[in-house]
Amino acid sequence: MDIKDFIAPFAVWKRAFEKPFTVKKPIDERPGAPRYRGFHINDADKCVGCGTCEAICMNRAIDLVPVEGRDAKEGDSGLRPRVDYGRCCWCALCVDICPSGSLNMSNEYVWIDSDPDVFRYTPGVEPKPWDGSALGYRRAEGYRLLDGTRVPMPELDHHEAVKSFLELVRGWSREQAEKEADRCVSCGLCIASCPAHMEIPGYIKAVRDGDLETGLRLLYQTNPFPEACGRICTHRCEEACSIGTDGDPVAIRWLKRYIADQVELADYSKALPRKEASSGKRVAIVGAGPGGLSAAYYLALLGHEVTVHEKDEAAGGMLRYGIPEYRLPYPALDKDIGYIESLGVKIERGAPVGEGRSLASLRERFDAVFLSTGLPAAYGLDVPGEKHPRVLDGVAVLAAATRGQVLGLGARVAVVGGGNVAMDAARTALRNGASVDILYRRREEDMPADPDEIREAKAEGARLVEKAIPLEVKDAGGKARFVWNEATMVQKEAGKRPVPEPIPGAIHEEIYDSVISAIGQGPELSYIAEADGVEIRRFKPVVDRDGLATAAGKAPVFAGGDLVNDRKDAISAIADGHRAASAIDRLLSGKGA
Amino acid sequence: MRRQNEHVIPPETRATPDLSSGKYLVMWQGPQHPGITGNMSLRLVADGDTVVDCETHVGYLHRGFEKLMERRLWMQNFPLVCRIAVPEPDFNEYCYAAALEELAGVTVPEKAVWLRTLSLEMIRLASFLMWIGGQAGAFGHGTIAQWSVTMRDYVLDLFEELSGGRIYHMYIIPGGVRGDVPDGFLDHVLETMQVIKKNLDDIELVMFHNAVFKMRAVGLGYIPPDWVDKYGITGPNARSAGVARDLRKDLGYLAYPQLDFKLITGGRSDAFERAELRLAEMYQSIDLIRQIVARMPKDGPFRERLPNPLHWKIPAGETYVAAECTRGEYGFYVVSDGGDKPRRVAVRGPSYTHAVSVMERLVRGVNIADVAGLMVSLHTYPPEIER
Repeated sequence: MDIKDFIAPFAVWKRAFEKPFTVKKPIDERPGAPRYRGFHINDADKCVGCGTCEAICMNRAIDLVPVEGRDAKEGDSGLRPRVDYGRCCWCALCVDICPSGSLNMSNEYVWIDSDPDVFRYTPGVEPKPWDGSALGYRRAEGYRLLDGTRVPMPELDHHEAVKSFLELVRGWSREQAEKEADRCVSCGLCIASCPAHMEIPGYIKAVRDGDLETGLRLLYQTNPFPEACGRICTHRCEEACSIGTDGDPVAIRWLKRYIADQVELADYSKALPRKEASSGKRVAIVGAGPGGLSAAYYLALLGHEVTVHEKDEAAGGMLRYGIPEYRLPYPALDKDIGYIESLGVKIERGAPVGEGRSLASLRERFDAVFLSTGLPAAYGLDVPGEKHPRVLDGVAVLAAATRGQVLGLGARVAVVGGGNVAMDAARTALRNGASVDILYRRREEDMPADPDEIREAKAEGARLVEKAIPLEVKDAGGKARFVWNEATMVQKEAGKRPVPEPIPGAIHEEIYDSVISAIGQGPELSYIAEADGVEIRRFKPVVDRDGLATAAGKAPVFAGGDLVNDRKDAISAIADGHRAASAIDRLLSGKGA
Repeated sequence: MRRQNEHVIPPETRATPDLSSGKYLVMWQGPQHPGITGNMSLRLVADGDTVVDCETHVGYLHRGFEKLMERRLWMQNFPLVCRIAVPEPDFNEYCYAAALEELAGVTVPEKAVWLRTLSLEMIRLASFLMWIGGQAGAFGHGTIAQWSVTMRDYVLDLFEELSGGRIYHMYIIPGGVRGDVPDGFLDHVLETMQVIKKNLDDIELVMFHNAVFKMRAVGLGYIPPDWVDKYGITGPNARSAGVARDLRKDLGYLAYPQLDFKLITGGRSDAFERAELRLAEMYQSIDLIRQIVARMPKDGPFRERLPNPLHWKIPAGETYVAAECTRGEYGFYVVSDGGDKPRRVAVRGPSYTHAVSVMERLVRGVNIADVAGLMVSLHTYPPEIER
């Protein structure tokens, strides 16, 4: 102890003459740092209500609640996160994980209110002074908890692919599939957008867990065509996927394919439900496409005796005759159909319904009838010269390719149309060594075909001619001289898609060995007689929500698939088949499926 | 001088005073008492103004973190762990993240390693600043606390700027950190270090050259070197007893092997020296922070991508990850059964030893007025006793 120890403490007095550390007015507002984790901000229009914030919140501070004026739609649950600040710990994991990036935090420091209830509110819906604030916690650049990049799918090189009908998409390994399945947040927006309402998060979880038998069982709950749909489904689910709001959507279709590919047909019966005891009821199905066979599967499972009448020599409908082998190899389709047949479904091949085997006679012999005959009749080009022998019908070309017939398309082929049939016909022609022009009356972005198909067709060497309105087909020494008028896109009505208008004088022509028309198909309804009591309106049987066309007279008649629905894809047909099967079962046995 | 013999070793066994004799006073210090470091209490038995027996009572702050963690996803525990030791959340964040990374076989990017080191040194300084206010306050020097808590707030301002949070930073996330430094941040760090260093000089002058502090702290709470292993004493409490142990040197985790610093040890092992040693470590932290700012890589990734946190499963295994916090060895023992949640997490906070068994023994024979100063000189945080 020395004298310094008695004097030094007085040095504190020097602070009395320095600037104080404290602020003069303690109630002055001090803004939070630019990264401060303050109260939440949500861009309610960007948010899709997927609930991932709710799932990651360890305090259960977030609830997804309905919001007035915001209805559920495909890819949006219509719900928005409500934050309870009595529970929130401001960790901002919700911000870090938000798939759409709509959820952020303001840098608001202080919020005082005597009513405790106000501290539970829905950001972006109930206005707050800090809404719109550019400051506050944001996900740092390059930092994401979720993976926005899809695992690449191995594909044949396009130069190689075009030389054969080998399947283009090669499928994933276990490691790749599990990595892709890991990207899913199980929000379930996909379920609502799938026509068949498949249990998508469930089977993706099964892939993650390596439990493929559970995966297969979940697939078959709503879809007996997993091999086919795992390849060619229009995958509306992926458009709804919340991960797709800021990144690549989860490859739901390829994951479905992975499950179905990995389980051997012989092991299916171990994973899938057994059929119920025989009900003694008999159901006739017309058309062995995805709709008809789905109905057959679910009816057979419920113990009914099912007979499918198919006009062609093989079952599968458009899946077999309309989709080329390089997209859906026949063994994969046969696997799906094989399992349905293994349940005792009888498929009478080469047995068209019509003369000799009328709908009325089916209604006599069976307890219910389901019509699923699709759209087999191609529309013509509707221009002079459309009957030229080198003008071919796209669906017929694809069917001939399936049958292994010689197509004889020639060296230069024009495909008219912008749908999947047009793309398939073009790619089939490319595989037969032709050079192909695809002519479409609108722009590429207006094409109804799957974007993958358009991309692949172009990559394989098809030339796209947009805004080409067909005018005429003339003969050119046995070949077809195709004449079209170049168009310009005109926005006629606000909110509607632009319409192609011909540019006067902009006439082009080209000589082709074949012109394949693929501008759509219509139904073939001649087998339905007026006496059957099925009402036809605008070329479609009129059905109720269960698919019931008529219950009057003999056995009730149901219809589904492309024949009645507007979506015209396999998964909608499958959904129709399942729905009709449930309704038929309710009628026949008084219980639901 | 009041303490003639600086090396008083308190008896090993508890006294058994006859409380019915009327000679003794039983009094509770805490849980609400400014002389207690957080929510715990001491049941003191005093003979006159000398404590003859002490029983520590915890349980006022039990939040069941370790059990809670078994019900939450691996990533959901990340915002939870920082709450285990409130004044030093970052050590929890680091140990938890590092344990998960070890079990999952994840390597953290270089930039994140440096940012983690920066974060840990900044919180070490902030925690010491809070402690020194408490140490001075326990001996009646409130002014020091006013200064040092202000300085701590300046460090918290830095944390707010870096991580978005003042108290719970939630910055060190499994895989790395949550963001790079904002523009101008490193300059703010250096400016703040300048201010704090100047303030530490003032504190050194008025606190450590202070007759009252010297008279009360010198010789108080002597910890003999042979207690260190016996009780599991770590950190400045052990170093002050002359035991040269510092996990930053011994384990060489994060960027510490690349930093230039010497282990600070003492030998007198009383409350005064422990305070001196911590003050020296505060200067050392400032120096380390300056080194980190100078040597840190300017760019590069700051986080390794991990699987989707909603499904993240960690391979079965167990690990113990420790770091040198202000009070000594802070560790997380984490067991995974291969699932998406921890099977078991056990947290080792140094206060368990220091504030319970060591405190109970050291307080025997101490004047009641010095109990608070003694307890603060052990630098204990009750929240980490009760996980």
